[in-house]
Amino acid sequence: MTVDAPAPPTRRAVVPQHRRTIARRGSVFLSRHPRLRLSLLLSAPLFWLGLVYVAALAALLITALWTVDSFTGQISQTWTLDNIVAVLTGSLYQTVTLRTVGVALLVTIIDIVIALPIAFYMAKVASPGAQRILVIAILMPLWASYLVKAYAWRSVLSQGGIFEWLVSPFGGHSPGYGLPATIITLSYLWLPYVILPIYAGLERVPDSLLEASGDLGGGTWATLRLVVLPMIWPAIIAGSIFSFSLSLGDYITVNIVGGANQMLGNLVYTNVGAANNLPLAAAIALIPILIIFAYLAAVRRTGALNNL
Amino acid sequence: MRLSRPARGLLAAITAVVLALIYLPLLVVFVNSFSTSQNLTWPPPGFTLEWWAKAFQSDGALDAVLTSLQVALASTAVALVLGTLISLGLQRFEFFGRDAISLLVILPIALPGIVTGIALNNAFRTGLGVQLSILTLIIAHATFCIVTVFNNVIARLRRLGTSLEDASSDLGAGIWTTFRLVTFPQLRSALFAGGLLAFALSFDEIIVTTFTAGSSVKTLPLWILDNLFRPHQAPVVNVIAVVLVLVSIIPIYFAQRIAGAEKVVR
Repeated sequence: MTVDAPAPPTRRAVVPQHRRTIARRGSVFLSRHPRLRLSLLLSAPLFWLGLVYVAALAALLITALWTVDSFTGQISQTWTLDNIVAVLTGSLYQTVTLRTVGVALLVTIIDIVIALPIAFYMAKVASPGAQRILVIAILMPLWASYLVKAYAWRSVLSQGGIFEWLVSPFGGHSPGYGLPATIITLSYLWLPYVILPIYAGLERVPDSLLEASGDLGGGTWATLRLVVLPMIWPAIIAGSIFSFSLSLGDYITVNIVGGANQMLGNLVYTNVGAANNLPLAAAIALIPILIIFAYLAAVRRTGALNNL
Repeated sequence: MRLSRPARGLLAAITAVVLALIYLPLLVVFVNSFSTSQNLTWPPPGFTLEWWAKAFQSDGALDAVLTSLQVALASTAVALVLGTLISLGLQRFEFFGRDAISLLVILPIALPGIVTGIALNNAFRTGLGVQLSILTLIIAHATFCIVTVFNNVIARLRRLGTSLEDASSDLGAGIWTTFRLVTFPQLRSALFAGGLLAFALSFDEIIVTTFTAGSSVKTLPLWILDNLFRPHQAPVVNVIAVVLVLVSIIPIYFAQRIAGAEKVVR
């Protein structure tokens, strides 16, 4: 009996030599120099953000220290703290700041309270098919223009509008135009921006954890409070950044449904436009900038900034 | 934790009520686009197709839609490139100042639009001495659109890890090949989702736009703001809003399908 012995390997399979093209050489060089790779990756975006954004912000802040020549209406580059002092001490600015922050906080709280049950239903209760439809249903209103939606609320809340039509049989009244209407409209506008991050956060909570908590005797509330809430906290904060900061700078909604009320955005807007006082506008703009920075600094540790 | 039947029912009821509330104003917009009343009285006194006919003949509106499309496409393109670069840099490397850079990306969306708007307006006009135009508008929009791409891509990169890329380079692929054949295909749906959000953000932006668009540039939100309070135009604005919502179903549906398909594979 003979066995055909396999022919002894005469040649090893040849690994084809790489062609030494420029791309190949560049690739080799880059893989040996990670720092260079990093700087190439970051140079364009940092150039953009630094040049376009940071420089512009810095220039604006410097403008706050200048003044407007009341005669010519030109900005004169004399250094003064007058604008800052005026904004810090003026009672108008204090009132409006408090009002604006109050509105922004209320809007944020309302949105979170509404978003939590919906997001939970979408992520944990609804079937996969219903889930997809719900996400689409939440996303779609984002495409109707912001202005049209604000204007729709104007019509809903108007005298003889649908709101009054709905509640008048029960003796209710439309709140009319004013701060309540502003809060309702802003909550409405930013609600999808709060629902989506919380929904995404809940999706990342494995069902097995909820079951484990139940098996170990955790009731519904205990599980929500001790397991779910800590896990989705960053997502809630991320959503709150949207609703808080978008409300803080808004001046158009309050014009449409806010009656005669002003927010910080209105003060900035009138000083840029009608009053032609950019330095004062810049000084007022410092207020929301400082508030947002304080907010971001406070929430940075929660990891919320990775959940936007 | 097992939700009881009533608890599930309650959650479903809350969801239904809020969805109804979300769609109530949109329903009003829809109905008013057919209403014979021009000042939004409820219930509408009569039915007409006049506004729908007018909307499709309105040159101003159609031009504005085209301008908005151009601006949104261009700024989304810039944001896609810059956002991908920055998330690759921040996710694949460890270095001093990383947190500062991620804060820098978030800042344009976290700071109120009016601050971004007057800062850029001031920088363009007095700082650089350039005329406001469609280009300055695109630059401004791209700046705050970067963050949506960044967030989607960096979340994806974090989940992917580097093992596939390592395998690719162990098998002899260069940096470009690895990116083209391994990294990019896995990023594609994240790029689509981020790009879609960036597009929507730019398409609907009004505050920064007010301050950075040249006087001849009329985006759709600017056109709407001009016409919202004119009695003969307000119903036309309603028509356009309805059309936009209906058209938006298409990209959202595709984004969902891509996301859903990936979920099954995972």
